[in-house]
Amino acid sequence: MNMAIRVYLLLFLALSYSYTAFSLYEDQVGLMDWHQQYIGKVKHAVFHTQKAARKRVVVSTEENVVSSLDLRHGEIFWRHVLAPSDVIDQIDIALGKYVITLSSGGSILRAWNLPDGQMVWESTLPGPKASKPLLLVPTNLKIGRENVMFVYGNGFIHAISSIDGEVIWKKELASEGINIQQLIYTDGSDTISAVGFVGTHRFGTYILHAKSGELLKYKSMEFASGFSGDLSLVTDDTAVAIDSVGTSLVTIQFHDGLISFHQTRLSHLIQNFRRAAVISPSNIPGVFILGTDNSVTLIKVLSRGELKVVEELGHATAVSDALFLPGGQQAFALVQHRDGKILLTVKLDSDDGTSNLLEETIHLDNQRGKVQKVFVNTYVRVDRSNGFRVLIVMEDDSLFLLQQGEIVWSREDGLASIVDVKPAELPVEKDGVSVAKVENNLFELLKGHLLKLKGTLMIATPDDVTAIQKMRLQSSGKSKMTRDRNGFRKLLIVLTRAGKLFALHTGDGRIVWSRLLKTLRKSETCQSPRGISLHQWQDPHHHALDQNPSVLIVGRCGDSLDSAGVLSIVDAYTGEERNHMEHVHSIAHIIPLSFTDSMEQRLHLLLDANRRAHLYPRTAEALDIFQRELGNIYWYSAETDEGILRGHSVQKNCVLEEADNFCFDSRDLWSIVFPSESEKIAATAIRSLNEVVHTQAKVTADQEVMYKYVSKNLLFLATVAPKAVGPIGSVTPDESSLIVYLIDTVTGRILLRVTHHGSVGPVHAVFSENWVVYHYFNLRAHRYEMSVIEIYDQARAENKDVLKLVLGTHNLTSPITAYSRPEVSTKSQSYFFAHSLKTMAVTLTAKGITSKQVLLGTIGDQVLALDKRFLDPRRTVNPTQAEKEEGIIPLTDSLPIIPQSYVTHALKVEGLRGIVTVPAKLESTTLVFAYGTDLFFTRLAPSRTYDSLTEDFSYALLLITIGALVVAIFVTWIWSEKKELQEKWR
Amino acid sequence: MATTTIAKILSWFFLLNIVLQLATTSFAFQSDELLVDDDEFGLEGGRLPDPPPETRPVTSARRRSAESGSDLDSKIQFQLEHAFGDSDFSPAGTFTARLKTWPNGGQTLTKLRFSRNALSQTDKENFKRLIEGDDFYQIRLPSNLLNQPGREHVISSVKARCLSQRDALDEHFVINMDGVNVLGVNYGAPGSCQYPRVSRPPTKWSFNSHTLLKYSNEVLRTPVFTEAVLGENGEGEELKPPERSFWAKYWMYLIPLGLIVMNAMTQAMNMPEEQGAGQPGSQGPQAISGRGQAPAVRRRN
Repeated sequence: MNMAIRVYLLLFLALSYSYTAFSLYEDQVGLMDWHQQYIGKVKHAVFHTQKAARKRVVVSTEENVVSSLDLRHGEIFWRHVLAPSDVIDQIDIALGKYVITLSSGGSILRAWNLPDGQMVWESTLPGPKASKPLLLVPTNLKIGRENVMFVYGNGFIHAISSIDGEVIWKKELASEGINIQQLIYTDGSDTISAVGFVGTHRFGTYILHAKSGELLKYKSMEFASGFSGDLSLVTDDTAVAIDSVGTSLVTIQFHDGLISFHQTRLSHLIQNFRRAAVISPSNIPGVFILGTDNSVTLIKVLSRGELKVVEELGHATAVSDALFLPGGQQAFALVQHRDGKILLTVKLDSDDGTSNLLEETIHLDNQRGKVQKVFVNTYVRVDRSNGFRVLIVMEDDSLFLLQQGEIVWSREDGLASIVDVKPAELPVEKDGVSVAKVENNLFELLKGHLLKLKGTLMIATPDDVTAIQKMRLQSSGKSKMTRDRNGFRKLLIVLTRAGKLFALHTGDGRIVWSRLLKTLRKSETCQSPRGISLHQWQDPHHHALDQNPSVLIVGRCGDSLDSAGVLSIVDAYTGEERNHMEHVHSIAHIIPLSFTDSMEQRLHLLLDANRRAHLYPRTAEALDIFQRELGNIYWYSAETDEGILRGHSVQKNCVLEEADNFCFDSRDLWSIVFPSESEKIAATAIRSLNEVVHTQAKVTADQEVMYKYVSKNLLFLATVAPKAVGPIGSVTPDESSLIVYLIDTVTGRILLRVTHHGSVGPVHAVFSENWVVYHYFNLRAHRYEMSVIEIYDQARAENKDVLKLVLGTHNLTSPITAYSRPEVSTKSQSYFFAHSLKTMAVTLTAKGITSKQVLLGTIGDQVLALDKRFLDPRRTVNPTQAEKEEGIIPLTDSLPIIPQSYVTHALKVEGLRGIVTVPAKLESTTLVFAYGTDLFFTRLAPSRTYDSLTEDFSYALLLITIGALVVAIFVTWIWSEKKELQEKWR
Repeated sequence: MATTTIAKILSWFFLLNIVLQLATTSFAFQSDELLVDDDEFGLEGGRLPDPPPETRPVTSARRRSAESGSDLDSKIQFQLEHAFGDSDFSPAGTFTARLKTWPNGGQTLTKLRFSRNALSQTDKENFKRLIEGDDFYQIRLPSNLLNQPGREHVISSVKARCLSQRDALDEHFVINMDGVNVLGVNYGAPGSCQYPRVSRPPTKWSFNSHTLLKYSNEVLRTPVFTEAVLGENGEGEELKPPERSFWAKYWMYLIPLGLIVMNAMTQAMNMPEEQGAGQPGSQGPQAISGRGQAPAVRRRN
C-alpha cells in the first residue's frame, strides 16, 4: 500500500512538472519552429579550389552578404551580413587565405579569413569625392616583404598590404577631374596604370610606380566624337568604349602612354543594328561583349585595334569571365536558352578563333527565368583533362552549380529578399484519410508513447533520447498538406523582389510551389517591374468552398508612383496564374474593402496617382455591392514630403474619354497641415484589418468598468522636427521634439496630440485594439524609450450600472457614427528600453481573448516578445493589493529584457526586415514569421497554451495512471472486503 | 448717434494708445471691434467656449504683462470659408482672437470669438440640397494665421444632416493649434450625430456656434526613483502575505486534522466503556477501528 501511494505521488509530480514549461527547452528547438538561411542574389563569385581540402566558393550578394559556400552541397560555411548602407563593390581572394571585400563605394576594405570567416583586418579609405570603386589584387607583387593590393576609391589610389591592411602609399588621381574606370597591372612589371575619362571627350591614363606610388606619366588625348557609358578593358593596353552618339565603337590603345583611337561603326559589325548597344562588363582578354536589345555579340580586338565578330548569340545569353587554364590557354563559359533547356558551352579562346571545350544541356524547371550571371571554374578530372563546373544565377535569384551536365546543388536565394507575405489556408482533409493512417501506425504510435514515457521517467538510454527527438520532429503530421484542427498548418505566400511567388509550408518551411510571375518579368512594355504587395483576393470560408483561395499580386513598371501597374491573381493551392492584367492605371495605394461577392472574392479599391479609385474585381456584382456602400468608404493619404494628411471619399464615376464604370473620382474631405518648419511625418500605424477584439470592456480591480475605444478608423501618426530627421546626435535635445497624434481617418478629428520634448526618431509603432506602443529615442536621457497610449471611451463610461443594463437604458447597442463627437480619454506611460529596433509587430489570435505580446525585431536581428502587461499605463510604483491581483506590475523605469523571451532563442534572422503574425485556429496560439535575409517561423502562446495539451504531453502516462488507479481501487476494495469478512467470521 | 460716435472716438483713442504703448511687432490689421469688452470670452449666439487647456501659467503671465505695462498681445482675425458639396469655398464667418506672445517666444491664441455671416438665400437652398442628398458641408481655415492662408487651407467636412438635428443649426469647432499654425479643425455637431441620419431641414437659419481651441499636451513621465527603492519595496511586499489569517491558510490541513482528533476522541470515549463491559481488550477496539478509523490511519502511514 505504502509503495503504491509513493508511485502515485511520483507520477503525479512528473505529470505536473510537464505542465510548467514556460519558455522553450533545449530539446524543443525545431519542434515547432524552423529557420532557413539564405544569402540573396549573387553579384560576384570567387572560387577557391586549389589544394584546400574543402572546395568552396566565396560570393557577395545584393543583400550585402559575403559568404563562403561548400561547392559539394551548397551549404553555407560562413556568412557575414553587412549593413544595408555598406554595399559590397568588389570581392577577391588575397594570399590564398583572405577574402577581400571592398564596400561603401570604395571606402571600406576588409579581409576575412577564408576557412572560418573571421575578420582579419579592416581599413577605412576616406576621400573627398565619390568615384567608381576598383579593387585590384595582383598575384605576386611585393613591396619589401609585403604582398600588396591596389584600391581606387573616393578619388585616391591606395596600395595596401595584404597582411594587415596598412596603407603603404596613396595618391590622389582625381585632381584633373578624371573619372578612373580601370586599374591595370601587368604581371612582372613595376608600374601600375589607371585609365579613365576626363569629362566626356578626353581619355586619360596615369602611370604610377607600383612600389612607391610616384607618378611617372600622365597622358590624355581628346576624342572628337566623345564617349558614352563605361570603359571596358580588353587587354592590358587596349580598351573599348562606345562613342557619345552610340553608333560606333572606339578602340583605345594606350601602350606606354601613347594613346591612339580606332573607330568602327557598329552597323559594319552587326547586321540589322538598331540603337542602344551596351558593352557588358566582362573580363576575357582580347574579347569583349556587346549587348544590343536583341542579341549578344562576342567581338575580338585584333592587334591594330580592328574588331572582328567572333560569335553572335541570342538575346538571353550570359558569358562568364575568362578562366586561365594550366597550359596558358584561356576559356570562358556561355549559357544560352534553347527550347526550355539551358545550353552550357565552355569555349577555349586562342589566337586563331574559338573552339568548344564542353557542351552540355541541362534541364531546369521552367520557373527560373533567364540566366543572369555565370561563373566558371576548372578542376582536374580523373583522366587528367580539364573539367569545368559552372555557377549560374537565374532570373529568380536562385543559384545553381552545374557539373558534368547535372545540377549538383541549387539554392533558392530569392527568398532572401521577401517583399510581402500573406497566409493562406490549406485544403480541408478528405474523410477517411486520417483514420487509415492512424490504424497503420498504431503499433508505431504505441511504441512512440512508450519511448516518451521512458523519457519522462528518465530511464531512457541516449539512443532512446535521439529516437524520441527524431520522432518528435517527424510526428504530428506537421508537414501534411491538409488543414489541421488547430490551424497550425498553413501556407505562407511570399513575394520576392525578383517577382517570384513562393508558397512555404508552415510545418517545415519547405517550398510547396513557386512561380515566376509573367507580369513581373522584364519586357518591352515594362522595363523595370517591381512587386509591391500581396493581398488576399479570395478566401472561401462560408460559400464557394469548391473554389481555391487566391492572392492578388500588385506591381508596377518602374519606381515612380505614376508608372503603369500590373496585377495578377494566383491560386494559393497550385500556384497557377488565374488572371493577369498588364499595363493598367498607375497604382499608388491598395485598399482591401470589407465586402466580398458571392464567390467570396474580396473587393479592392486601387487608387492611382491622379487620385482616382478603381474597383476590382471588375464584375457587375462587385459594382452593385460597391454602389450600395459608396457613402461609407473613406480613406486617408499621408503626403510625407508635403507634411499634409488628407481624408478622401468616393464621389462618382470618373469623367474619362472612354466610359469606365469601375473608375471613381475621389474628393478631399479633410486635411491636416503640419507646420513645415517644426514637424515632419516620421511614422504612421493603423490597426491590422483582420484583428479581432474580444471584449470592449475592461474591468479593473476596483470593480470599475472602462470601455475601450475600439475604432478601425484610428491612425497613429508621429512627427519629428525636420532637423531631427538625421541620425541620433545630429541635433540637441532643445531643437528636437516628437509629436504624437491620434487621428480619426473618417472625419480628420485629432483625438490626441502630445509632445515628447527632446526626442527623435526613428519611430516604430504598433497599433492594436485600443492601444498604441511606439519606440523612439530620448535625447535627454540618452536612451531609447517605448511609450504606450491606451484610449478609452468616455461616452459609454456611465454604462456601469447593472440596473441600467437590465432596464435597457444604456447606449451600448446604439449605432456608432464617426460624425458624433467622441469623448475619449487616454492614459499613457513611457518606459526606457535598452534595444534599438528594426521592426515591430503584435501577436494576433483568432478571437482576441489571449493577452497580447509586442514582438520587437531588435538591432541584433532577433525577435523579442514583450508582454503587453509591461506596457500598461496603469502601472504604479506601489500597486494596491487589488491591482496586483489584476496583474499590474509595479512601475519600473525601464522595460525588462528577459533572455527567455527571445522568440528566436539562439538563432538570428540576419537582415531582419519584417515580422508577420497570423492567428491560428487555436485561440491561445499565434504564428509568427520573421523575414530578412533569413527566414524564421515559430508558434507563440502569449498566455501559454491554456486551451490544449502540449504536443509532448504523454497520453500513455495518463492512461497508465488511470489504469493503475483503477487497479488500485479494485485491489483495495477486494482487500477491505476480505478483511471485513474475516472480522465478521471472528 | 452722438454717444456711439464718442464711444468710437474713445475706442480709437484707446486702441492707438495701446498700440503706442505696446510697441509690438506690428500687424497689418484693422479691426472695427471694441477692445474694451475683450476681457471675457464673449461669443455671439453661443455659449462661452471652454478656455484653452494650457499648461502654461496664464494668470502669472497676465500679471507680469500688467506690471511691466507693456502687453505683448495683438489681435488677429481669420476667415472661415464654407462650401456646399462640390461648390467653391466662399466666406462664411470671421474668427477673432488675441495673439499672446510669451516671454519664451511662444505664441498662443486666446479669447477666440466667432461671428458667422448670415446665410444668403442661395446658401440656404444649397444647404437644403445637401440635407436631401445627405452630402457634405465643408469648411476651411487658413493653416497659418500670421501668414494667411499659409501653405494650404485646413479642410473639414461633415454630413449636413448632422448639423441640422434640431430647429436651428448647431456647429462645433475644435481648432487644433500649434503656435500660430492651425493643424486641423474638427468640425461637426456639438454632441452626437444620430445614425441613421434623418433628413430634416432647419426651421431657423441661424448657427449656434461653439468653438474650442486646443493646444497639445506634453507627455509627463511618472518619475520612478531608483531601482534600489523599488527593490526594497519588492522585498517588503514579499513579506506581506503572512498577514492572511492562520485559518485562511491552513484550513485544508486543519479540517482533516480536526476530523482525526474527533475520531480519536470518540474512540477514546468508547474504549473505557468497552473495557468496562469486560470484553477481552485485544479485540473489541480493533473491530470498531476497522470501520471508523482504519482508513485514516492507513493514509497517514
